[in-house]
Amino acid sequence: MRPEANKPAALGEGRHSPRFAVATATRASIIAALAVIPAVLILIALPAFADRALLQELFYVFTMLTLAQLWNLLAGSAGLISVGQQAFVGMGAYALFAFTIIAGLDPVLSIVLAGIVAGALAVPAALIVFRLRGAYFAIGTWVVAEVCRLVLAQVKHLGGGTGTSLPPDIAGSMIGLDFVRHLFRVRGPAARDILSYWLALVLVVGTFILVYRLLRSRHGLALSAVGDSEPAAESTGVDVFRTKFLIYVVTAIVTGMVGALLFLQKARISPDAAFSLIDWTAYVIFIVVIGGIGTMEGPIIGVVIFYLLQYYLAALGSWYLILLGALAILLMLFAPSGVWGVISHYFDISLFPVRRRLVVPERAGLRKESLR
Amino acid sequence: MILKLDNLTRSFGSLKAVDGVHLEIARGEALGIIGPNGAGKSTLFNLVTGLLRPDTGSIWFDGRDITHASPRARCIAGIGRSFQIPLPFENLTVFENLLVAAIHGRGRREAQVIDACGEILERTGLIAFANRRAGALNLLGRKRLELARALASAPRLLLLDEIAGGLTEAECGELVRLVQDINKSGMTIIWVEHIVHVLVAVVSRLMVLNFGRKIIEGEPRPVMASAEVREIYMGIAA
Ligand SMILES: Nc1ncnc2c1ncn2[C@@H]1O[C@H](COP(=O)(O)OP(=O)(O)O)[C@@H](O)[C@H]1O
Ligand SMILES: [Mg+2]
Repeated sequence: MRPEANKPAALGEGRHSPRFAVATATRASIIAALAVIPAVLILIALPAFADRALLQELFYVFTMLTLAQLWNLLAGSAGLISVGQQAFVGMGAYALFAFTIIAGLDPVLSIVLAGIVAGALAVPAALIVFRLRGAYFAIGTWVVAEVCRLVLAQVKHLGGGTGTSLPPDIAGSMIGLDFVRHLFRVRGPAARDILSYWLALVLVVGTFILVYRLLRSRHGLALSAVGDSEPAAESTGVDVFRTKFLIYVVTAIVTGMVGALLFLQKARISPDAAFSLIDWTAYVIFIVVIGGIGTMEGPIIGVVIFYLLQYYLAALGSWYLILLGALAILLMLFAPSGVWGVISHYFDISLFPVRRRLVVPERAGLRKESLR
Repeated sequence: MILKLDNLTRSFGSLKAVDGVHLEIARGEALGIIGPNGAGKSTLFNLVTGLLRPDTGSIWFDGRDITHASPRARCIAGIGRSFQIPLPFENLTVFENLLVAAIHGRGRREAQVIDACGEILERTGLIAFANRRAGALNLLGRKRLELARALASAPRLLLLDEIAGGLTEAECGELVRLVQDINKSGMTIIWVEHIVHVLVAVVSRLMVLNFGRKIIEGEPRPVMASAEVREIYMGIAA
């Protein structure tokens, strides 16, 4: 027997030919999907034409975009406003240094392991911060990051409070480095930049695919439901804790991998740099808010604006930060859905079709009348 | 018997919002609950759906003690509800709101529930809004969505909390027919509503709450004519 055999027949059940259909793709999204493959191919091949400076800039853009897309998933979809993502950046970064310097493992392998370490940190962290609501949740995430910073500052093997550098022979022994050197006929440092650039490209593309697949799945529906109303979500059968826990740990893993890659490229670490609130959370929030929170397109626009502002205005020093803050506040007041929110509102477009549209058959309008 | 509440009590500080309520509902029945604002009606629903825990007493659904079950488990077991103050998933479309309930509340896959959700949208008059953001709906739309989303989880027991407020006479008539149809299909219904003539068109039994206590319970006509109810409702129910 079906477990629901004693339930009254639900509406629409037992019908043989389906009446309704679901569509997701839009014209803009199809064009975007067609454009993305050549775009990624060009980015893969870019080291053959581009100079080192451009690759370094793109490395930074890709890593910030990845962090932004992850924070956007947490805050924009699930409503988990974390200001402590630097905990996972820093933990991933320190894990990389520990795995390479102390354990002697390969740096590329260590990036993956660093993600696992960051995910392992997220498990107890989730159990603490999920007990907190609203602003207290945000403060809780920040406290977790501060505790990590203070603890890592005590680890003498990794330089304590002043930090440490990655010995050149470790960075020079990365898997794939010889391949890159021969392929492009470049020296060690240039080959390292290329490899880091490719790894950043893998992370950013992988993150976009992950987020997209997630939002299109049943977990994506649950995530948005939880973000909008926890009582309504759990009353409609959503496992609220499991949904939040899953998303918190998954974003922590990828955030940790980004942290590991960032500091592998820097080749120098300190608690203040690795657990920097400004660098790994405040800038990231700025990018998401400027671009448009809760959409996959937003962080892309946001990171471009952020990069341009930094490129032209970073010389202004603290005025630059004041300007960023003012811009973010203005946008929150007058265009809370961000630049992409304004664009998609006026042109009604979406590049990542995460919304499911019900396609109503032509006759439905007539049927509606006849039902009355 | 599908639902049994045994001596259910819940306090907020010194305020007894629900005070020793006993209630038994048979499968397929339609029960109405009335009472002044603050009588404890919504609190009673929150206790039945598990959003609040009782201080004392027990809740039995379909022969099982669910007093300590999670809201999610109760939804999956077959209890659906609407919220008096609508809580739509604002950033999802209206259709997706129903999908959440149909997929997570029934454990079905998306492809299996599309038709069911589409038909519920038709019957609740929301089909034209299927692809709108739920956050863009007005209060009337939100109330309809509360009903539609509750139906999408295919409950056996449906709790409706003031869904008729603000409707025109004609719309009230439509709502009455819809709830009657749902009830006739076998779904048990508990309906909290201030608009008594709407309620009594559907329910066969009425319970009156005041200050968390059950004042009287029985067939609608004698209940409404009783001295207790006249005293509470001076004028309102006339
Ligand atoms: N979460 C809560 N915290 C404190 N008091 C509450 C809470 N929920 C309800 N109450 C109080 O309990 C009483 C009953 O409320 P409620 O069940 O909403 O009444 P009704 O739905 O019958 O209008 C009211 O006095 C209300 O203020
Ligand atoms: Mg109420």
